[in-house]
Amino acid sequence: MTPAGLLARLGRATLGVLAAIGGIAMFAGSVVGHLFRPPFYPREFAQQLLQIGWLSLPVVGLTAFFTGGALALQIYAGGARFNAEAVVPSIVAIGMARELGPVLGGLMVAARVTSSIAAEIGTMKVTEQIDALVTLSTNPIKYLVVPRVLAATLTVPLLVAVGDTIGIAGGWIVGISQLGFNSANYLKNTFDFLEPWDVGSGLVKGAAFGFIVALMGCRYGMLSGRGAQGVGSATKSAVAAASVLIIAANFLLTRLFFVT
Amino acid sequence: MITLTGVHKAFGSNHVLQGVDLTIERGTSMVIIGGSGTGKSVLLKCVLGLVTPDRGTITLDGQDVTKGDRDAFLARFGMLFQGGALFDSLKVWENVAFRLRRGPQKLPRDEARAIALEKLARVGLGPRVADLFPAELSGGMQKRVSLARAIAATPEVIFFDEPTTGLDPIMSGVINALIREIVTEMGVTAMTITHDMSSVRAIADQVAMLHGGVVRWTGPVAEMDRAPDPWLQQFIHGRAEGPIETVDRRIAVAAKG
Repeated sequence: MTPAGLLARLGRATLGVLAAIGGIAMFAGSVVGHLFRPPFYPREFAQQLLQIGWLSLPVVGLTAFFTGGALALQIYAGGARFNAEAVVPSIVAIGMARELGPVLGGLMVAARVTSSIAAEIGTMKVTEQIDALVTLSTNPIKYLVVPRVLAATLTVPLLVAVGDTIGIAGGWIVGISQLGFNSANYLKNTFDFLEPWDVGSGLVKGAAFGFIVALMGCRYGMLSGRGAQGVGSATKSAVAAASVLIIAANFLLTRLFFVT
Repeated sequence: MITLTGVHKAFGSNHVLQGVDLTIERGTSMVIIGGSGTGKSVLLKCVLGLVTPDRGTITLDGQDVTKGDRDAFLARFGMLFQGGALFDSLKVWENVAFRLRRGPQKLPRDEARAIALEKLARVGLGPRVADLFPAELSGGMQKRVSLARAIAATPEVIFFDEPTTGLDPIMSGVINALIREIVTEMGVTAMTITHDMSSVRAIADQVAMLHGGVVRWTGPVAEMDRAPDPWLQQFIHGRAEGPIETVDRRIAVAAKG
């Protein structure tokens, strides 16, 4: 390939990325605009609360439990190198609340919910159900996207809170059953060192990740190509985009919250 | 009356519509025929505003369809989609009553359900079907539910997109007869796109043939068989030979050696 050809390809790729970012930003702006303007669809919102929030509890809970347990084992093993095994309860609690609870919770919800939303909306597009909504004087953004984005933004922080609790419990169970910690001391150390903002920052991250999760599912579902391959491709792209954006947003929010 | 003047639409280098001129009189059943990929669905979606034309104007009773209150405009239309396009997550009666349960003229649940049952009965479906989900119905029943949804809010204009695609001949006949009855009974303006000639003869007052991005022929259905247009005659008689290229002849000749 000639240098000019390489440059052209690089230029096209850059323009493609910028167009994608612009498209997502405009879509997000449109969704936020519709959040506050009627008509509202409370029934669809309630259904999404159930689908996104309640039905994600098992996967988030199990992930948090095993992560909390593994974290306790890792910190114990690592801490033993400089006689710091006693920090296990506080590090598990801070680690779960600040980072692992929101990030893993967000990623698990992305795997479960983003894929489901993208596949559902993509199939609706392919089978002309989105067009049917328009002909029935119903705005697809208001009817399909707003309830999902709002439900995810509100429920993921709750899932994170539950995940934090279960993760800390996982660490506690491992701590007292395998690492020789006294139960009362473990709990005391956990709560003595955990500050409200450790939990609060994780919940704010959860809200941001919930917004991302639903937004990406809806965006890529709406852009789905024709046929099964189009829906499959939209689903894959939605999960990949949501996962990357969650990790990137986590970095930015951590920088904003904890490093001034 | 629906009037299309010089409507153009391209998707990339594919110029689907290249200056469509067509008038559909109020209370008339117009059937648009043409081969696959000739832009019939695009034309219909242009009228509904689902696709924006690149050029040209489309008016409904003299008003540009792209201007004015969009919801009020769409409230005048009903649409039967090719695959039914029923909402999977809603019960059959909720699909039929979808428009009735939303918007400024929103009806109470019981009243909307009663109208939905009445419309389902009109298309030959009993109340037992009302509480099923679309996935539990056969293709023909789904089409009938979609037809019931299209007429639920008593529209002035109804569009039918390939109403008999995927149905057996008997069910196609049932759907054609229903469409003809409903169009006559309600006095609506109807626009149907199809390449099923039995549908054309059952439904149409007027026929327009779309080919090469323009309307090649238009006239009353009774004159269709006598029309001298070779494109129209090849299409309605389903001949492989004629001015409409069914395969790329260069590729076919090369393949024969």
